[in-house]
Amino acid sequence: MKGAVEIEGVGKAFGGVHAVREVSFAVKPGEFVTLLGPSGCGKTTLLRLLAGFEEPDGGRILISGRDMTGLPSYERPVNTVFQHYALFPHLTVAGNVAFGLERARTPRTELPGRIEKALEMVRLQGFGERRIDQLSGGQKQRVALARAMVLEPEVLLLDEPMAALDLKLRKEMQVEVKNLQERLKTTFVFVTHDQDEALIMSDRIAVMNAGRIEQVGTPEALYERPRTRFVADFLAVSNLLEATVSELADGLAILDAGPGLVLRARDDGGFRKGEKALLGIRPERIAIGEGAGALEGRIEDEIYLGDTTDWRVALAGVTLTVSEGAATAQGRKRGDAVKLVFPPEALLRLEESPAS
Amino acid sequence: MRTRRQGLLLLLPCALTLVVLFLLPQALMFEASLGRRSHYGGIVHEWGLGNYLRALEPLYLWILARSLWLAFSTTLLCLLVGYPVAYWIALKAPARFRSALLVLVILPFWTSFLVRMYAWIFVLRSEGLLNLGLEAFGLPRLNLLYNDLAVMLGQLYGELPFMILPLYASLEKLDRSLLEAAADLGATPRQTLFGVTLPLTAPGIVAGSILVFIPSLGAFLAPDLLGGARTVYIGNLIQSQFAIARDMPFGSALSFLLSLVVVLMLFLFRRPLQAAQAAR
Repeated sequence: MKGAVEIEGVGKAFGGVHAVREVSFAVKPGEFVTLLGPSGCGKTTLLRLLAGFEEPDGGRILISGRDMTGLPSYERPVNTVFQHYALFPHLTVAGNVAFGLERARTPRTELPGRIEKALEMVRLQGFGERRIDQLSGGQKQRVALARAMVLEPEVLLLDEPMAALDLKLRKEMQVEVKNLQERLKTTFVFVTHDQDEALIMSDRIAVMNAGRIEQVGTPEALYERPRTRFVADFLAVSNLLEATVSELADGLAILDAGPGLVLRARDDGGFRKGEKALLGIRPERIAIGEGAGALEGRIEDEIYLGDTTDWRVALAGVTLTVSEGAATAQGRKRGDAVKLVFPPEALLRLEESPAS
Repeated sequence: MRTRRQGLLLLLPCALTLVVLFLLPQALMFEASLGRRSHYGGIVHEWGLGNYLRALEPLYLWILARSLWLAFSTTLLCLLVGYPVAYWIALKAPARFRSALLVLVILPFWTSFLVRMYAWIFVLRSEGLLNLGLEAFGLPRLNLLYNDLAVMLGQLYGELPFMILPLYASLEKLDRSLLEAAADLGATPRQTLFGVTLPLTAPGIVAGSILVFIPSLGAFLAPDLLGGARTVYIGNLIQSQFAIARDMPFGSALSFLLSLVVVLMLFLFRRPLQAAQAAR
């Protein structure tokens, strides 16, 4: 049970605005769970409720099986890595790492060893006497991590800890934090708005929208099978289109998406003949080439991304984005007539997100 | 070269102000302090150190010590009362009331200090508001006016805004996530106060303390009006040298010594001052 987090029907409103609505969610001990969503979706509020900086209006939170209701943050078995690190500017690196240990009345003789071990863990050995304003962003990030982890929390909360780092450093820190978590087996609850970060680091991702958790799953499950329009959109399923189911046969759904535009999707049992359906397809699942049921279109626009090129292709009534590797994209240009093909399973059936 | 000349030019207003309003009067006062009193209260410009030797007599040193004590206790009292007030305004009060609350803090400045001291007399005197209130509850009257406590109260009341404003400025700048971080790391509210909030607002504490300490050292209105001039502080002494005894050279010597004491204090406290600045 140690390290488990149970969130049971938790809600929180600020002046009539619901930041978190009736969220229920469980994190297993030792799991790396990411709360993913755009700003204002309630992910940070949920994290603050776990840390004890806010009290929920309703519901309850259990950590390691203990009810946290009414427990101030200084008595909770969790520690937080803050978005802007929140390091104490009047203390040295060692002073920051020692802060929690001193409050916990750790014997004086143990302090230097514990501090050095924590700094070693984040590869900052020998930095103890530095002042905080002498550190780079990445180093501050590591100190924040060491300061929180040195207390051996049952759950570590991380509030967009990479947001202030540049891309290269962020990539490094993502791998480093993930490795650290796997080594220490501490439960991590991580908040981010960056879907790549979530996919790279998490055991499971909870996608939040308007105060609710809209879908929970492993990175693979979420990436391959987003359930709703919002989740699909947030995980870069940039082609969304509506179509009417005209036929169901042999495990396939034949859909009419406009004049002369017939699509074939794998029937997962959710299609109803004659009804409208919302569909999504990733740009990289569409290929330019010949094949059965190929769709004819014309290239309208080009977005050059280096290793790939995104083509905006106009079909009858809809425009799709197609991502193509650099090797084959070279010969093409705006205005070319092209044919698009994709397998039926690439077409995802989506639900509308619940109204907020 | 151009930037250097421009720099000097920009320095000019500040330098002029300091020379005309500070250095020149100090020099004039110093010159006067070396002279003697004439029969009709004027200054005889014959230089000597007689006034300074007189000022160092035990009687006057005792008055200076008492003034230092008044200034010190006023500062401490203002800090103890002002810190919670500034903390509450900066961190706890609803944001939309914050500027209104600050206006309330500085509102007393709209009335002359003298008038406000008289107002306290009406509150504290034997038929004053407080005693009428006590009587209404059937309680005996208290001697509230014309004692050291009344002086303390007047000083606290008069100097409090000078403490609250710099404290507010540094508390308002305090990053709240640091307070959350402290709580997150297991610090109780008390530990957070002593381990994070106080050290990080040290610049405000130092600034407020200087702003309160220095005028309190020369205070004469509150001791005069609320203390009934029973206890003499250095401020009263100087004021009486100019206004009553008509001994301007001796008054100048006392004033100059007081300035020296202030400079000395600032010099002694320069290390904590610098440390407080560096902690920002």
